[in-house]
Amino acid sequence: MNSLILRTASRFLLILLFQFSIFLLLRGHNDPGGGFVGGLVLAAALTLYAIAYDVRSMRRFLPCRAQTIIAWGLLAAALSGVWSMFKGQPFMTGQWAHVYILGLDLHLGTPLLFDIGVYLTVVGVVLIVIMSLAEEVEEDD
Amino acid sequence: MIVAVLSGFVLALLAPSLYRLSPRWAGCVFSLFPAALALYFLSHMEGVVAGEAVRVTYPWVPAMGLELSFNLDGLGLLFALAITVVGTLIITYAGSYLHGHPSLPRFYLFILMFMASMLGVVLSDNLIALFVFWELTSITSYFLIGFEHDKDTARAAALQALLVTGTGGLALMAGVLLMGQIGGSFEISALASDNAALHGHHLYPLVLALVFAGAFTKSAQVPFHFWLPSAMEAPTPVSAYLHSATMVKAGVYLLARFSPVLGGSDIWLYVVTGFGAATMLVSAYQALYQTDLKKILAYSTVSVLGTLTMLIGLGNKLAIQAAMVFLMAHVLYKAALFLVAGSIDHETGTRDVRQLGGLRKTMPIICAGAAIGALSMAGLPPFFGFVGKEALYEALTHDNMLVTVVGVLTSMLLFAVAWLAGIRPFSGEETHTPKHPHDPPWTMWLGPVFLGCLSVLFGLMPALPEKLLSAAAGSVLGKEVHMHLALWHGFNPLLVLSLVTFALGVLVYLNVDRLQKVTEFALPAVRRGPSHWYALWLRFLNWSAAGQTRVLQNGYLRLYLGTIMTVTAVLAWYTVLAQADVGVIEFNWGDIGIHEWVLGVVTLVASIATVRAQTFLRAVMALGVVGYSVALFFVLYGAPDLAMTQFLIETLSLILFVFVFYYMPPFKRFSTRGVILRHVAIGTAVGALFTLLVLVATSVQWHPTISTYFSQNSYLMGQGRNIVNVILVDFRGFDTLGEITVLAVAGIGVYSLIRLRLGKGGGS
Amino acid sequence: MEALLAIVIGVLYASGVYMLMRRSIVKLIIGLALLAHGASLLVFTAAGLTRAVPPVIPFGEKAITGTVADPLPQALILTAIVISFGVQAFAMVLAYRAYQTVGTDDLDDMKATDT
Repeated sequence: MNSLILRTASRFLLILLFQFSIFLLLRGHNDPGGGFVGGLVLAAALTLYAIAYDVRSMRRFLPCRAQTIIAWGLLAAALSGVWSMFKGQPFMTGQWAHVYILGLDLHLGTPLLFDIGVYLTVVGVVLIVIMSLAEEVEEDD
Repeated sequence: MIVAVLSGFVLALLAPSLYRLSPRWAGCVFSLFPAALALYFLSHMEGVVAGEAVRVTYPWVPAMGLELSFNLDGLGLLFALAITVVGTLIITYAGSYLHGHPSLPRFYLFILMFMASMLGVVLSDNLIALFVFWELTSITSYFLIGFEHDKDTARAAALQALLVTGTGGLALMAGVLLMGQIGGSFEISALASDNAALHGHHLYPLVLALVFAGAFTKSAQVPFHFWLPSAMEAPTPVSAYLHSATMVKAGVYLLARFSPVLGGSDIWLYVVTGFGAATMLVSAYQALYQTDLKKILAYSTVSVLGTLTMLIGLGNKLAIQAAMVFLMAHVLYKAALFLVAGSIDHETGTRDVRQLGGLRKTMPIICAGAAIGALSMAGLPPFFGFVGKEALYEALTHDNMLVTVVGVLTSMLLFAVAWLAGIRPFSGEETHTPKHPHDPPWTMWLGPVFLGCLSVLFGLMPALPEKLLSAAAGSVLGKEVHMHLALWHGFNPLLVLSLVTFALGVLVYLNVDRLQKVTEFALPAVRRGPSHWYALWLRFLNWSAAGQTRVLQNGYLRLYLGTIMTVTAVLAWYTVLAQADVGVIEFNWGDIGIHEWVLGVVTLVASIATVRAQTFLRAVMALGVVGYSVALFFVLYGAPDLAMTQFLIETLSLILFVFVFYYMPPFKRFSTRGVILRHVAIGTAVGALFTLLVLVATSVQWHPTISTYFSQNSYLMGQGRNIVNVILVDFRGFDTLGEITVLAVAGIGVYSLIRLRLGKGGGS
Repeated sequence: MEALLAIVIGVLYASGVYMLMRRSIVKLIIGLALLAHGASLLVFTAAGLTRAVPPVIPFGEKAITGTVADPLPQALILTAIVISFGVQAFAMVLAYRAYQTVGTDDLDDMKATDT
């Protein structure tokens, strides 16, 4: 699609929506949001960019292939459950700790890691679907 | 005792590996294993004949009250000894008979497994365990008959045997379950001591019919006898072991074992005796005009099985005693004759009796074994077969005239058959055979000679097996039995009957060619016999299966779906109308706000517009409206997480639809008006059903909601305030892990579908 | 309000089932989407509707005190929505591929390998 407005908007939106998706992911445990929604927001933003430009330009923003993102996501989700097993608790028992970084009191736990896994998987799956199809369209044009 | 039964299975599983390790030593181990078991059973002989049955019980499925119980009484011991002693000889024999055969390890595997299963059958006291072992013998028999699996005839014979005995097995299972239900126990010994409930029950005839179906198919009674002669496709050791000495006697065993439980009634008497009498006469005659040595023996085996069945049917003391003696005599001579037949086949290359003759010069040892077997089978003194026949005659003459006549006629025919199978190949002039015959190695004559010696020994000194046979008869009759066997009873009517039988037998033998000519006229009728019905039945099954597949798996997705939906709708509607209290539904229109009305109507219109859309784009647009409306519903009723997710997913879905359907052809109208109306009806029925379900579900609260638990513990245990998210990542985190895995699989699936470039026409 | 949603669900199911039985594979997938919407609303409604606040524990509290929407069906539906997206995407691509290979979107013409 060749629309200057859309192109310009999508660049700003991409940055904004990326931040928003991280925000949703992190606050998800206490307020509406979470890995599913966050992942979908980022995926939607990237899709918008891909529509405005093309898939190849969108791909620049990805650190690795979509399959790899899915793999990392699943790995993170699965590993978050393993942690508790070292402490003799059942698989996927939530572990929490207070971490102090730069004067901030961060309340971190394995469910957050799990949510990050969900986030990455959702992003990866949506992107792999969209990219596969979009490239098919582009090759055809 | 459980070790004795189950170790066979273990050894069977190890057999192929052991054989690979050292073929020579493995063969020895396999032969000595049944011998060791035989010694083990012999060691129990003293106690058992004294009337002390050995009974052991192990918990099997305690939750269902099932026990693995074994009971070694006289009957069990007689069979167990037959199985292990003959087993030893057979496995030794097979090592040479199948020497160099590429599938020899497989043979060992199945024959050992069969032996263990057969031991299980005759020792189990639990009906369920008995049935399981019973089926295992059918299955191992299938594999052993089909041992030469590259031969069509072998495969067909194996399948035939499996189908016939397997069908009987299914009937037996039903019968056994009924017995346990009615009798209140699955232990045979418990049922035998208290069988009034079974006899008095109105299903008693059905139980009998089912048990008979199992026993008669297994023991090849007319009209199910045809599978046994076909099963002669199996290697000869298998025929000798399974199809004469042991497995086919399982049916007889079952009848004997169940006669204290089910026997004693008029139905039992007439049905069992009738089938037995018919079988013994018909198959003895059929044996006469066979030309294949093994088929002759097979038909004569069927005849003996008939005799045993008849005796058990008569059920009185003399008859049961005679059955046990006759059974032992048969095991001794028939296994020997089969092994002889195998050796002849092995050495000369043919089993056709018309081509065999004069083998006494080239195979003297085999000839000796054969002669003893044949004379014992003919019922001549001083062999054990004579003792068996005397016992048979004694039982029959004490009963009635009809069975006596049948018995004498059968013995007469079997006399001729014995001569045909055991004497004729060795007498007369030497004939030209495909191979030049000579005596086989010792392993192959050990069996016939050993069994022959036993025939002579027991014949001369019938007191030797007396106690064991008394104990066996005793456990069938349920009381102590002391029988006295003797070779010489003095000059009495029985001896006259025997002499008459011999005279008639010689007459039949001398005129056997003439009889065969007469039979040739009757052959077309025989071809229309049970095996023809079997073939017809098989054709019918195949035909109906193909027909069903054509009708049900017709390849029209909408018919499958239509059927499923219709059935669901009909059943669910019926249940709702018949059972649910529709009165509980409250229609509360008052609490619906104006914005909710608008949203509801928009969803309805959009949903119908999706269905009625004439172009693809309109359909997708309408679908999008439906999706966003659903998201708004979520907003209205306190589900912001859902609303956000739905909104985003809907957007992405629309993009996908546009991407994909960019390529798809425009909408076409395929369906006719009638089809559309039918589908509208199905859809409406399903839709209305769900409306009703929702109304019912929201009007009543059956169980307290489990959400309270999550609400109370979300922060305390999950450290999160958003309960939905805590459920997703913590309480039900394992589910979510599964769900994102599915998602990943779908994603990878899409990727591979697009990337795997299948050219038009399906090539890669 | 349950009555209204019950009717909406019924119509969604009816349209979905009707579309599933079309011969065109595209319509079949649209039917799948309609059914997914119907199912989401079904689970949502059957658990009981409240116009109340989302199931979030207010700051400073340790547990829910007032009436909130039922969180459990929401969690179920959330994953269901995402999964149905995955399934739909797969179905669409499958249909597209099948169309490319077979050259038709008529399901009746695709049954050759089925028999």
